Amino acid sequence: MKIDTRNPNLKSTISAILCIFLSVMSFSSLASEGTFLHVSFDPTRELYEEINKAFLKEWKSKKGNDFAIQQSHGGSGKQARAVIDGLDADVVSLALSYDIDSISTKSGLIEANWQKKLPNNSVPYYSTIVFLVRKSNPKKIKDWDDIVKPGVAIITPNPKTSGGARWNYLAAYGFAKRKYKSDEKATEFVKALFKNTSVLDTGARGSTTTFVQRGIGDVLITWENEAKLSLDEEKRSGKNTLEVVYPSESIKAETPVAVVTKTAKEKGNLEKATAYLEFLYTKEGQSIIAKHFFRPTDAAVTKSSAKEFPNIKLFSLSDLGETWESAQKKHFADAGVFDAIYKTP
Amino acid sequence: MLIETRPYKKLHFGISLGLTVFYSSAVVVIPLLGLFFHSLGIGVSGILEVFADERIRSALFLSFSVGFISAIINLFVGFLFAWVLVRYNFPFKKLLDTLIDLPFTLPTAVAGIALTTIYSQNGIIGSYFEPWGIKIAYTPIGIVIALVFIGFPFVVRTVQPVIEELPKELEESARCLGATPFQTFYKVLLPELWPSLLAGTGMAFARSIGEYGSVVFISGNIPGKTEILPLLIVTKLEQYEYQKATSIALVMLLTSFVFMFLINLLQERASKKLS
Repeated sequence: MKIDTRNPNLKSTISAILCIFLSVMSFSSLASEGTFLHVSFDPTRELYEEINKAFLKEWKSKKGNDFAIQQSHGGSGKQARAVIDGLDADVVSLALSYDIDSISTKSGLIEANWQKKLPNNSVPYYSTIVFLVRKSNPKKIKDWDDIVKPGVAIITPNPKTSGGARWNYLAAYGFAKRKYKSDEKATEFVKALFKNTSVLDTGARGSTTTFVQRGIGDVLITWENEAKLSLDEEKRSGKNTLEVVYPSESIKAETPVAVVTKTAKEKGNLEKATAYLEFLYTKEGQSIIAKHFFRPTDAAVTKSSAKEFPNIKLFSLSDLGETWESAQKKHFADAGVFDAIYKTP
Repeated sequence: MLIETRPYKKLHFGISLGLTVFYSSAVVVIPLLGLFFHSLGIGVSGILEVFADERIRSALFLSFSVGFISAIINLFVGFLFAWVLVRYNFPFKKLLDTLIDLPFTLPTAVAGIALTTIYSQNGIIGSYFEPWGIKIAYTPIGIVIALVFIGFPFVVRTVQPVIEELPKELEESARCLGATPFQTFYKVLLPELWPSLLAGTGMAFARSIGEYGSVVFISGNIPGKTEILPLLIVTKLEQYEYQKATSIALVMLLTSFVFMFLINLLQERASKKLS
């Protein structure tokens, strides 16, 4: 049949059909099958690009077939919400176990006992919270006590919007609580800390930019891997304006991983997903992790990369007598300690 | 003989109307209704309770006041731009005309980061203000600048065609009858331009209230001082408090709607006066 495109009737019918067809297409492509999706938080992009390459190589030599891994990165809380709302993730690796717990309780896609499924409470690597200061440390910042003194300008992201910033906050709180042995003193301490803070960026990378590029503040409270990355970046561009300071004590920022069991099962990816996360615990996976400035959990790799990761005293959330749920409720939820800090002048 | 003025048939109307309704409901109406019902889950008292929080009230005040200030600035700046673009010829005019649309196409986060770089204390412009003790980035002044940036194309693009349409004779006869340039502008031109100026300013204002991307970078986000409403929505979402988030959104929406409605009324009155 010859299609007469001059016939306006037919033309509009065709375009209408095309419109509907296109919209149906775009809806159905959302329900993607045969893909493998890893949903992670922001600073792990480069790490997982390398992990994926190494893992796929190993998978191919073992199983003989190939597949592609898609990565999605963003703020930890935002990523968790996306998974709850239906993003087809096979595995997640987030900044706090609270976010994975939320996926588990709010959507049931992950079992409640997910943390027991992999070694070391499903934490293949961790990091800690350190200070980044200007070269030769003009404000003489050595420890947490020094940054809450009047006249020191602190840069840290907003714990309300950034999962990573909650670790910063809890590191300061935990230090004070362990030193002064009182919740009240610890609250006073974080209050003084935020009094010295003039910019609360929404994410960790934003804070790094504010401190490094804009030259604002005397000290940046940041993750060790982020601090080392900044130094690395400076080294590459031939600058030398920053210094890392390790406080006497800091928090063990544990970043867990989990298989999104229900989704992975539906997509037929359960075996791949499990093998993928187990790969993180292998010697090869752990060395890649160390290369990207996250602290490995494997004893041998820890030993060989000891130069990169100075030995500082680390306390964990449970050492503070908290779980993520209780910490979230007490500090960051509405009318929690963080809100109270800004309520009274 | 039958003269067909417009060669469209009823069938076309049916299809186009159908598609319009389908898309507008899928994209606008259903999501907005969803928002409405989602926040109603906590009830009217729950919504009011959200706004009992001092932090939210100060953010509400900040968002609307900086939105208002930036809209007023845009009214003048946008009008000036439109006037210059229509009435004068100069080199690179076409280029400037194109540049005006940039805030529409640029991701607002990029604008926010660029503006912060320029206006922070070691930036190209900010460093000149620093010795005077004036901080621009990380203060409400910075927020206003970001909002002026994202809002001014609205005013330019709504006023520009109206200025183009103004008959030359209008001004010429006013001048012939002895009006001064100011009188000509104030008594003859402005009444014609008012409706479009109002419309453009209203749009710029509404856009400012909801702006998130550029503002979070330049504002510093200090609770009670430089924290805007959209940030609080994100904060609530981060805590999985969907209902509180949607109720803030709902109140923002309703308030903006009332403002737009008032502006439309004013605009209608202004146009009626003209005819």
